[in-house]
Amino acid sequence: MFGNLSDRLSDTFKNLRGKGRLSAADIDGTLRDIRRALLEADVSLEVVKEFTGKIRERALGDEVSKALNPAQQVVQIVNDELKAILGGEARKLSFSKNPPTVIMLAGLQGSGKTTLAGKLAKWLKEQNHTPLLVAADLQRPNAVTQLQVLGEKVGVPVFAPEAGNGVGNPVKVSKDAIAFAKKSQYSVVIVDTAGRLGVDEEMMQQARDIRNAVEPDEILFVVDSMLGQDAVNVAKAFHEGVGVSGVVLTKLDGDSRGGAALSVATITGAPILFSSTGEGLDAFEPFYPDRMASRILDMGDIVSLIEKAQQSFDEEESKRLAEKMAKDQFTLQDFLEQMQQIKKMGSMKGILGMLPGVGQMKKQLEEFDEKEITRTEAIIYSMTPLERTQPKVLNGARRMRIARGSGTSVTEVNQLIARFEQAAKMMKTVAKGGMPNIPGANPALMGGGGFSGGKKKIDQKKKGSKSGNPAKRAAENAGLDFGSEKSSGSGSAFGL
Amino acid sequence: MFKFLKRLRRDKPIETPEVIQEVLVAEPVVEVIPEPIAQETRVEAPKPEVQKVEKPKPVEKPAVAVQEVELPKRSLGDGVRSLFSSAIELDDLEDILIRADFGVDAALEISDELKRAANKAGASSDAELRLLLKDLLTKKLTRSDAALNLSDGKLPYVILVVGVNGAGKTTTIGKLSRWLRDGDWNVVLGAADTFRAAAVEQLATWASRADAKLVGPEKEGQDPASVAYQTVELALSTDADIAIIDTAGRLQNKKDLMDELGKIRRAVEKQASIAEVLLVIDSTMGQNALAQAKAFAEVADVTGIVMTKLDGTAKGGILYSLQEQLDLPVKLVGVGEGINDFAFFSPEEFAKGLVAYKQER
Repeated sequence: MFGNLSDRLSDTFKNLRGKGRLSAADIDGTLRDIRRALLEADVSLEVVKEFTGKIRERALGDEVSKALNPAQQVVQIVNDELKAILGGEARKLSFSKNPPTVIMLAGLQGSGKTTLAGKLAKWLKEQNHTPLLVAADLQRPNAVTQLQVLGEKVGVPVFAPEAGNGVGNPVKVSKDAIAFAKKSQYSVVIVDTAGRLGVDEEMMQQARDIRNAVEPDEILFVVDSMLGQDAVNVAKAFHEGVGVSGVVLTKLDGDSRGGAALSVATITGAPILFSSTGEGLDAFEPFYPDRMASRILDMGDIVSLIEKAQQSFDEEESKRLAEKMAKDQFTLQDFLEQMQQIKKMGSMKGILGMLPGVGQMKKQLEEFDEKEITRTEAIIYSMTPLERTQPKVLNGARRMRIARGSGTSVTEVNQLIARFEQAAKMMKTVAKGGMPNIPGANPALMGGGGFSGGKKKIDQKKKGSKSGNPAKRAAENAGLDFGSEKSSGSGSAFGL
Repeated sequence: MFKFLKRLRRDKPIETPEVIQEVLVAEPVVEVIPEPIAQETRVEAPKPEVQKVEKPKPVEKPAVAVQEVELPKRSLGDGVRSLFSSAIELDDLEDILIRADFGVDAALEISDELKRAANKAGASSDAELRLLLKDLLTKKLTRSDAALNLSDGKLPYVILVVGVNGAGKTTTIGKLSRWLRDGDWNVVLGAADTFRAAAVEQLATWASRADAKLVGPEKEGQDPASVAYQTVELALSTDADIAIIDTAGRLQNKKDLMDELGKIRRAVEKQASIAEVLLVIDSTMGQNALAQAKAFAEVADVTGIVMTKLDGTAKGGILYSLQEQLDLPVKLVGVGEGINDFAFFSPEEFAKGLVAYKQER
């Protein structure tokens, strides 16, 4: 329905490639896309504004990372900041020193409080607590019955003196529940309250009365992850109305991007403690800020690619390769090493899928044979050191031996050598400052992958720059070329 | 938009085919007329209907009592909150619309159009701009298919209510059945949410409040399609006017659960045609509502949308995109937890509410 942010950003990436430093205009371009992505993920506008402002400031002042292109770097900053807000003060549920610990649930109608009460009770029980559920939602028809059914399922007693359906006083019920829990020595009391709107003053007063009556150790604000722009108002109303000590996100098993999480976390400043991910009573887990950050941005793949690239790319190695390329000393051994670097970054399909603009080529990606790399490795491993450094010595007899040794055929060995020669030639061209002409390579991919112009590369080399960029790009191209067994020149993406 | 619905009731369970045909012929005429005034006229003077019935077989007339029943009025009232806390600034409009969940594209589109309209009309004062915006939104939101399909005479009308968890399906059904009962309709409710704990009981409470019959599962976890089937069966055997089937909340990306809706549909269609499939959407939802509507429309042939919880701070701007992008009419709105807190969606009232001068509540 919405173009995915990764795809949209790939355009921005193209324009930014090859720049050594972030200019204000570069940042603004990327931020515009990010603003839109955040809005489409339902992050509230005022939170988006504040957030992008912060990003801009940091991006302008930040040093240029060597492994990333500028746009990727902005994305990296965004991701860091998102994680900081979502999980800056990650903490566990706090338990009272004098039991019972009282947990009060509050939220809008339909956010999932009652279901959550059941899940929370089960989870606590599994951790050897003795929870007591309190049916203080006397508003919604049969909310009490629902809680009783849940209580029975998870084997947790339910304190429900009132039948509900508009009858009974929830404040009294809550108060009695605490007394009962103390007497019967329950360790945790979970108070399920009625859903209420932040603007409903009467109901908010009732929530405050319940709070004052039970003096909760935790007031968990239960938020539907599909919440829209209104999340800000709702969060403000509950934060000011009853006070929020922690947040629980529900319905995360849906396909919403969950921007509400960011809005609520920003407004309340309270940590998100749990996420609820399904209708089963076990579908309940601690909250993972990094997963949420990726989900909101809808570009988790790019973010992980960036992280992987930074982790696994050995800068020294790439510098050595770049020099070799320029001197035309690129050998099969280097070819192998490059491939192994790529392998280190993850599966080939994964890597290709991570690149922006690749979305439309999913089908071809599915046909991509991961084993191709393994086979290529086998072939090179079956060569002698001499053969690896000087492929020219490879005559018919040697090729036959290699084919047998690697369990492949002579044709495959021939194809590999042909591809290697092509790659070596291409790298030489790049190193000398020209544009490589790779049959079947996808321009969007090259843009997204941080392709930089040849000229700049030479400059960097002269300055002795450690930039991983050119080599990384070359490695990627080589890898791609590598995989294209069935043939170069077909014109299809990746030559598949 | 429309305050009246007519009910075609038969005294005899079996009608002669001729008459049924006539009723069917008469029906599109009523459907097409979008204006309440027009419909009122029809209600006050039901002559054309009677004449048509008389034409082919005047003898049949006494055997068939075609009644038109007026249903109580419902209006949005002050359910919608104003967008503007101060005078309209054209430059801020886009942001304001985004805040109301209109979505980035729609917000841009509307604010551009308003700018153009303002230029053209030479409008610049706050009052003029509010009026222009109200007219623009009313025009964009008005559709000819916003009325509930409760007048084609194919009794019982079967309404299937679907939506994600917690959207307000059961509450909507409770309100709807009370309203129909007030109009003296015979209502049968089907509790096909056999999954969530106490969902059946929740509907039962509404059923007794609304004085409607209820069909529930015989045992826990019974196949919802069979409950739906039995609901229609009871509606047919008791000669009820309408059967409303409540389904379990399901997130649109759960394929198995979505497929279950198709099964429920087929079970119903074995005995009766489905008059309406109403998708209930929570007004506090953001852009995900589009994904919801799209998915439900695909599997369940949604015919209309119910926007619930419009009484909160949420403005429900997403309904604009739902209508524009997915071509689904918004038919009803829910504005509170009381049994009478719902209304037919009126673009004009909605637009008026959005541009009203702020009364802080």
